[in-house]
Amino acid sequence: MQKLSFIIKRLFKAVVVLLAIVVLNFFLIRAAPGDPAQVMAGEAGAADAKFIEQLQEKFGLNKPLHEQLAIYVGGIVTFDLGYSYRQEQPVAKLIMDRLPATLLLTGTAFFISIALGLLFGAIAASRVGTLADTAVTSLALLFYATPLFWVALMSILLFSVVLGWLPAYGMVTVGANLTGFAYVLDVAEHLVLPALTLGLFFMAIYTRLTRSSMLEVADMDFVKTARAKGVHPARITRVHVLRNAVLPVITLAGIQAGQIVGGAVLTETVFAWPGIGRLMYDALFQRDYNLLLGIFFVSSAMVLLFNLITDVVYTFVDPRIELK
Amino acid sequence: MLKIARRALLASMVASGAILAIAGSATAQEPKYGGTLNVVIQPEPPGLMLGLVQNGPTQMVAGNIYESLLKYDHDLNPMPSLATGWDVNDDGTVYTFALKEGVTWHDGEPFTAADVVFSADVFLRETHPRLRVSLEHVETIEAVDDYTVRFTLKQPFGPFLGIFEVGTMPMVPKHIYEGTDFQNNPANATPIGTGPFKFDEWEKGSYIHLVKNEDYHVEGLPYLDDVYWQVIPDAASRAVAYETGKVDVLPGGSVENFDVQRLVDLENSCVTGKGWEYFAPHAWMWLNNRNGPLQDKRFRQAIMYALDRNFAKDVIWNSLGTVPTGPVSTKTRFYTDDVPQYPHDPEKAKALLDEMGYDGEPIRLLPLPYGETWQRWAEAVKQNLNAVGIEVEMVATDVAGWNQKLAEWDYDLAFTYLYQYGDPALGVARTYISSNIAKGSQWNNVEGYKNERVDELFEQAAVAFPDSKRKELYDEVQKILVEDVPVAWLLEIEFPTIYRCDVKNLVNTAIGVNDGLGDTWLDR
Repeated sequence: MQKLSFIIKRLFKAVVVLLAIVVLNFFLIRAAPGDPAQVMAGEAGAADAKFIEQLQEKFGLNKPLHEQLAIYVGGIVTFDLGYSYRQEQPVAKLIMDRLPATLLLTGTAFFISIALGLLFGAIAASRVGTLADTAVTSLALLFYATPLFWVALMSILLFSVVLGWLPAYGMVTVGANLTGFAYVLDVAEHLVLPALTLGLFFMAIYTRLTRSSMLEVADMDFVKTARAKGVHPARITRVHVLRNAVLPVITLAGIQAGQIVGGAVLTETVFAWPGIGRLMYDALFQRDYNLLLGIFFVSSAMVLLFNLITDVVYTFVDPRIELK
Repeated sequence: MLKIARRALLASMVASGAILAIAGSATAQEPKYGGTLNVVIQPEPPGLMLGLVQNGPTQMVAGNIYESLLKYDHDLNPMPSLATGWDVNDDGTVYTFALKEGVTWHDGEPFTAADVVFSADVFLRETHPRLRVSLEHVETIEAVDDYTVRFTLKQPFGPFLGIFEVGTMPMVPKHIYEGTDFQNNPANATPIGTGPFKFDEWEKGSYIHLVKNEDYHVEGLPYLDDVYWQVIPDAASRAVAYETGKVDVLPGGSVENFDVQRLVDLENSCVTGKGWEYFAPHAWMWLNNRNGPLQDKRFRQAIMYALDRNFAKDVIWNSLGTVPTGPVSTKTRFYTDDVPQYPHDPEKAKALLDEMGYDGEPIRLLPLPYGETWQRWAEAVKQNLNAVGIEVEMVATDVAGWNQKLAEWDYDLAFTYLYQYGDPALGVARTYISSNIAKGSQWNNVEGYKNERVDELFEQAAVAFPDSKRKELYDEVQKILVEDVPVAWLLEIEFPTIYRCDVKNLVNTAIGVNDGLGDTWLDR
């Protein structure tokens, strides 16, 4: 009961925050120089006053700003994300079209990073000061510090150009028209490089976080007690230390999960992965206001949702935490 | 090292040109049918309805779907396309076109004179800003019969036969668009034309798929079964896609210039600079004639002397292109080299700056945010100007910001390149005539140059008849402009098209790949 009222309260707050974000974004994006009509005119190679007027009317830019805002917010509260006049399609459809690709990429990267991050973090923590520990922490530091796009480009060079093992870009082999298992295999092949590139970066963070958190817990009295009682060291690591050290990892996972829908701009661009990150990137440069706001809206909604989920998950993992 | 690399590039261009020439003359090599061509498209176009959207990538794909009445060879001579022939009356005011019979739209409807009248007189007058200006010279457009169209002009209009290129006057189907809201017609998503390829599928963010038009009106064409236009947003990834054999053609501008040599050196890789003659992309720096020292002609001339334009051509553009003498491209009609010359001469630049008493007031430079090549070019220019004592501040911006700054005249120096469209009346006059000074567009007289004589000459030259009269007028206006330096002309750009050598007949006309791949075949 207490949990339910907590969730309702938090949901209400989330809606208010979301609306504030919508309004803020609305003004932020219009503060950037240039508007979609100018960009379209710039691409056309020619423009006269009539052409610009036509575009402005089409984009609804000829109305006063407060009216534009009212129209937009009015749409949002009825779950209408508006229309991308540049792409001639509803924003919701554009986002839904790209969602599967993005979820596949960021979702895979998410699980790779958590699984490997926890594993390597635990290995390093239980062997502090050994060669294994040094190797894990150094590698984690390396992956964390290297720019993502560089890792991406280098992995393409090595695995696609030099070795020829994996496809360099895209989500499917264009023109192959595969179906069934062959299709799944094809997508999986294309997924390896982008998912690993993206996953390794987050894996590095989880590794470092798990390691330091476990070391902190390992020094606590109840662990010493367990050791004194003669509990098997592996069991101590697994049950006593890891379980108590996992809270910060969940916090970070919640943050990462919230960003899953926003896509990964750099990775998607380098690997030509047809996801939401690239949609956002293009929309930004084209000043496609409605599309950009729509993506912002969906991603911030996701961040808020996963914050809430994280809070609830805490209570299951650590019964000492109460929801109020 | 650089020098050798550049020579190698030139040599391979000559070689591939030679291969093309051999392929052209030795018709003994029978074209082969079938196969799929993979081409890079960059950036992803906003739409494929060529009558509504006129940007580069749209035309490159839609040039396969739509056609116009004429095509142009590399010397800009008109060739038949949907029109089989044309007649001009003696004073150059009535043009009569004979249309090809038996042409059908992709949905099976016949293409007739009514479609031409609807496209030119109704649809494009409403939607196409560049054509709209040219059509102001046209009094009436009539269908004489089903296969004859007559354009009656108000007075002679020199460039008239040059406005029938597919991006300028694409034929759109009357039976689909008549009486509808053109901009929001749902048919825009599934474009219907008369071209060699039909629209099949557009997987947004990945590829556009066109398939062979089995009922194409040219007997025996096209050769290819289908074409995939692949969307790859990162320039380095596009280069890799070509390197690993996933794409066969990199159209001009799809990779950074410093990658060109490496890609051309690959096995079975060819390059050509042809196919840009109609557009003749002319790069220059806008000089804001309203601001500070730029108001003084001597300052603008000093900039011209300060620039090492050959260095930019040789190093930044791998020796591709031509250093221009003035506002008209060597590829455009009525070009003359009988104008003042501006060799790289820093001493002369300094002398001019001393003479005008330039006090070292810094000026801003706005690069074109189109990638590394342009950034490096801006840095080279900055160095040239610094060398003669002009202080330059670089302004960082993205494409939208660049558009706005130009449209609002908020700049001192700004990079750009514009198309010439084969005739000074179409692609040159618009930059220099004072009636074209208006905020809100980046395609008019953005620099704010005013000269009554120049206005007069351009106005007369557009409607003079015959061409010999036009030539006299354009000769004079070129001299005045080059003396006044309203903008700083940098380079006649040749974007290299890189392709596998076994892709035959890829570039056949003055607009190259933009004219569709109807004649292209694979020797595999």
